[in-house]
Amino acid sequence: MLAQQDSMAFRKCVQVLLRSSLAPLCHPGSTRAHPRFLHTVPRLCSQSQPNGSSGSKVLVHFVNQSGVKSSVFVTEGETLLDVVIKKNLDISGFGACEGTLACSTCHLIFEESVYDKLEPMVDEEVDMLDLAYGLTKTSRLGCQVTVERWMDGMTVHVPQEIKDQRGKQEAMRSK
Amino acid sequence: LWGSHICRVRGLSSSSGPRVCIVGGGPAGFYTAQQLLKNTAVDIYERLPVPFGLVRFGVAPDHPEVKNVINTFTQTGQHERCSFHGNVNVGKDVTIDELRQAYHAVVLSYGAEGNRSMGIPGEGLPGVFSAKDFVGWYNGLPSNKELHPDLSFETAVILGQGNVALDVARILLAPVEMLKETDITQNALEALAGSKVRRVLIVGRRGPLQIACTIKELREMVNLPNTRADMLPADFEGIAEALKDLPRPRKRLTELMMKAVKEGGDDKAEKCWGFRFFRSPVEVLAGADGKRATGIRLALNKLEGSGESARAEVTGQLEDVDCGLIISSIGYKSIPIDPAVPFDPRRAIVPNEMGRVQDTAGLYCSGWVKRGPTGVIATTMNDSFDTARVLIQDMEAGKLDLSVNKPGAQAITALLQTRGVRAVLFSQWEKINAAEEKRGKSLGKAREKLLDVDEMLKIAWS
Repeated sequence: MLAQQDSMAFRKCVQVLLRSSLAPLCHPGSTRAHPRFLHTVPRLCSQSQPNGSSGSKVLVHFVNQSGVKSSVFVTEGETLLDVVIKKNLDISGFGACEGTLACSTCHLIFEESVYDKLEPMVDEEVDMLDLAYGLTKTSRLGCQVTVERWMDGMTVHVPQEIKDQRGKQEAMRSK
Repeated sequence: LWGSHICRVRGLSSSSGPRVCIVGGGPAGFYTAQQLLKNTAVDIYERLPVPFGLVRFGVAPDHPEVKNVINTFTQTGQHERCSFHGNVNVGKDVTIDELRQAYHAVVLSYGAEGNRSMGIPGEGLPGVFSAKDFVGWYNGLPSNKELHPDLSFETAVILGQGNVALDVARILLAPVEMLKETDITQNALEALAGSKVRRVLIVGRRGPLQIACTIKELREMVNLPNTRADMLPADFEGIAEALKDLPRPRKRLTELMMKAVKEGGDDKAEKCWGFRFFRSPVEVLAGADGKRATGIRLALNKLEGSGESARAEVTGQLEDVDCGLIISSIGYKSIPIDPAVPFDPRRAIVPNEMGRVQDTAGLYCSGWVKRGPTGVIATTMNDSFDTARVLIQDMEAGKLDLSVNKPGAQAITALLQTRGVRAVLFSQWEKINAAEEKRGKSLGKAREKLLDVDEMLKIAWS
């Protein structure tokens, strides 16, 4: 699995892990008023296991909007939103509503084989996904997907934004 | 870590670094700031003493999860290179040109504080409100605190069928139990507790397939306790047949509407709501004494074309609806802030190319003032990130003269002082925030918003 990564991605992975562990030292100016880490479980999400459980480490590859790949080891039982926040992955504006099914910014695209094995979506997730940019047949909201052992080695993509010379096309509905 | 980013920007010879200011402390302002902070110091100027714009004053009280973005905005506001200046009215206390002299770049993110008018006789009668003002009233916007809407009539008519219209309908019909622990203002809660409104009609020019609201909000209407749906089956002719060809989002929305038409709901329900399609307002009708609105005259339309671009055409038929509360929810509207800034009065936006204001180097825009007043917070987020990216690109390409040292907030604060204006800093907003949470706690609510600007200032500067 690791052999498939180019050395750039591996370095980035190490940087990400280092950055998250050094975060309190490197960013004295950006104090957190409220914990952004998603311990509060949204009403329809499958239960996240508590931290420090004996859940095994699962390798997940994230590819962001710019095509940059980050590979991280995550704990079984965390949601993919938890992972992005905890590992401080470079994905702009991810998880705006903090996992409460009130937005679609944690939209991720899965490999078909993985998508087919995920827990089915509840209406409220589909409602939000329906508003997402770049919706595909294998799209899910990251806050609703809990990491499990069998996902080891999977790759998830952050959707590309639609851009043309004149600027972004508006894919969202009116407020 | 931050320093290395700043030094990458070309042309930098002064030690103070690039300085950018943002006009408007709502979601567009904060999201733009968030991205810019990676490369430059950012100051945010906001007219009110309190930040967050429509997240605070627009999002419905029963949608607290949508307001979670305030957490990320708070981090931005507390960032060591971000400086929030509330209580500063750009355009009145300080001009755009003065800001442009003090900063390397200025971003306009001041949103849409006006509303589109229906342009019909009687629109100014008591009993007629813009949704913007009605929402501002229950959300504690200081300028709407004296609205005192009369809720003693049975029927309310809302013009427009977007999510704002549905928010208003839901707040009018929701049981008080659903609202009493939220951050809805106490005076609105009490007015709603005594409300006689039992029937809300939500009126649109076109048909069910053109409705602008989204499914989450429709679901909330369908699920309202003690309320039934009252639709006109005639409005839905041909819709069932069209379902199969619709893209999934539109299909699911339409299916839910059809379900509401078919099932109607509990006959014993005391309250009802319904869509009325193919109808445009032509006149607000006054009672015999002419003193207030007692009804609305609607013109019946037919649809030309189909899908999102279908047009409403007049048929000549009219219909009068008795009602005592009329709320026009047909769109917010931006207004020009300063004669020095180009403004397109037809589209009511600042003319721009990808966020660069037309013919004005160093001036940018993000959010509703750039794109028009539609879209949810995430739309504005992506848009703001785009503007920030463009601005940074311009910095790195040498399009902004960063070799000149700009004084930033130091100069503006001094200028404001000579004009008797004092800013509210982010840490001072946090005192207002704490006071509101404390007041809320004693009422069993998330917060009790301060409605008076002077009260806010007193607490901020205490």
